[in-house]
Amino acid sequence: MGVAVQPDAERALADRALALHPRVALRPEPFGALLYHYGTRRLVFLKHPDVVRVVEALRDHATVGDALEACGIASRRHGSFHRALQSLLDSEMLHDRAG
Amino acid sequence: MTALVEQLKGGLDAPICLTWELTYACNLECVHCLSSSGRRDPDELTTAEAKRVLDELHDLQVFYINIGGGEPMIRRDFFELVEYSIGRGIGVKFSTNGAFIDAGKARRLAAMDYLDIQISVDGADAATNDAVRGSGSYATARRAMDHLRDAGFVERNGPFKISVVVTRHNVDQLDEFKALADSYGAQLRVTRLRPSGRGADSWHALHPTNAQQRLIYEWLLAHGDDVLTGDSFFHLNALGDEHLPGLNLCGAGRVVCLIDPVGDVYACPFVIHDEFRAGNVRDVGGFARVWKQSGLFRELREPQSTGACASCGSYDACQGGCMAAKFFTGLPLDGPDPECVGGEGELALSGVAVDATPRPMADHSKPLRPVPVALGRR
Amino acid sequence: MDNESTLAAQHDPTATADITDTTDQGAEIVDELLIEEISIDGMCGVY
Repeated sequence: MGVAVQPDAERALADRALALHPRVALRPEPFGALLYHYGTRRLVFLKHPDVVRVVEALRDHATVGDALEACGIASRRHGSFHRALQSLLDSEMLHDRAG
Repeated sequence: MTALVEQLKGGLDAPICLTWELTYACNLECVHCLSSSGRRDPDELTTAEAKRVLDELHDLQVFYINIGGGEPMIRRDFFELVEYSIGRGIGVKFSTNGAFIDAGKARRLAAMDYLDIQISVDGADAATNDAVRGSGSYATARRAMDHLRDAGFVERNGPFKISVVVTRHNVDQLDEFKALADSYGAQLRVTRLRPSGRGADSWHALHPTNAQQRLIYEWLLAHGDDVLTGDSFFHLNALGDEHLPGLNLCGAGRVVCLIDPVGDVYACPFVIHDEFRAGNVRDVGGFARVWKQSGLFRELREPQSTGACASCGSYDACQGGCMAAKFFTGLPLDGPDPECVGGEGELALSGVAVDATPRPMADHSKPLRPVPVALGRR
Repeated sequence: MDNESTLAAQHDPTATADITDTTDQGAEIVDELLIEEISIDGMCGVY
């Protein structure tokens, strides 16, 4: 398995239960997907099918880490995915799930 | 960033957003009106037809529509259509001169969700504004802004937009426009004057000079984070190494388009002309078929020829400018923009015969009457 | 495909895993952005 030692910020994210914000629409595109937030009016491109799968899987998994595993994302890529998900969290495209 | 822009240039399966001009009727007769509005077209889409288009846009997952005109609030079904759109999950921004936003309407609008409003002004004072938009139009716009403020629109919906078309006569008022927007908690939007619609007649007298273009570029660099432009000034990116915020992308027929009051679909609102008409929503297959399969849009989604601009080092920055600006000044599309910052456009214009520029097929302007300003209309 | 990073990664001192991949790649490094935000006002053709 070889899970790399992760800095605090990333470990915290890996343990969080996230989902698409309810005001966000996800529209699949050939190269990934478009996210549009009806409240903030922000528009984000998910530029790879893998990050689309992970974003869609979040709500069905207890943690970010579980979602990454379930989607078969290699450990050496987790850092990049964490940063992408953190960015989506910061821009309110993702939010912490209640309960 | 380059890869994403290239993907957008190739077109998306559905627009991200689009402009929908609901009516050619208007209470104003702005000198530079890009849609030559004034009189309602008798063949306007009915309420039912408009709702069917909204159903299509819902299915395509278009995120929001920019409703304009003419003056969209003139339509009796304006609120019905806005509410239907929102009900179908399509956000609405509408562009208005403000004449029909009284205190009651402002409260109604403030209470709506997924709604944004854009109020048009073209001068920071009545004299400058009314010279282009008509006597009393500045006061009207300000009244609408006051009503929106009093109704708490900004607190509930975020900043409404104040939209300015930049001309030779208002370019020195950019700071004042910004202050005006700030005073309402609104957001300033400045856009480029195109020689479209009635703009064809006044463009030569109204478009910014070369020196003013540099002013605009530098002002936008200084204020870019606060001020919207609709990416309409990317032709100015050739002025320096620093680029204005935006994609440098002509989205026409690729990620956005126009639906006009009679259902004609054009590449964008600045090219209402048969040359850029992709089809009609009343055609078999409706809007979706026009967007996905029209010959015009397929052409626009192909790589565009750099033509005469091929040897210019600035092409990456300016992308050859705006096809509407080129078309209506009689310039070839694969050549310099008429406002090319390198002067290539001016040079090309000198070779264009005065009566060789394309005219709109349909002109919805009201019948000519004496215009009490220096700029007349042909 | 081995070197995916967001813009943030270029300034992120904790990106140890990606730095390892980067140096293994040698001089020619392709950074793939996983997400990109654009301004909905930032494309021309609407008003």
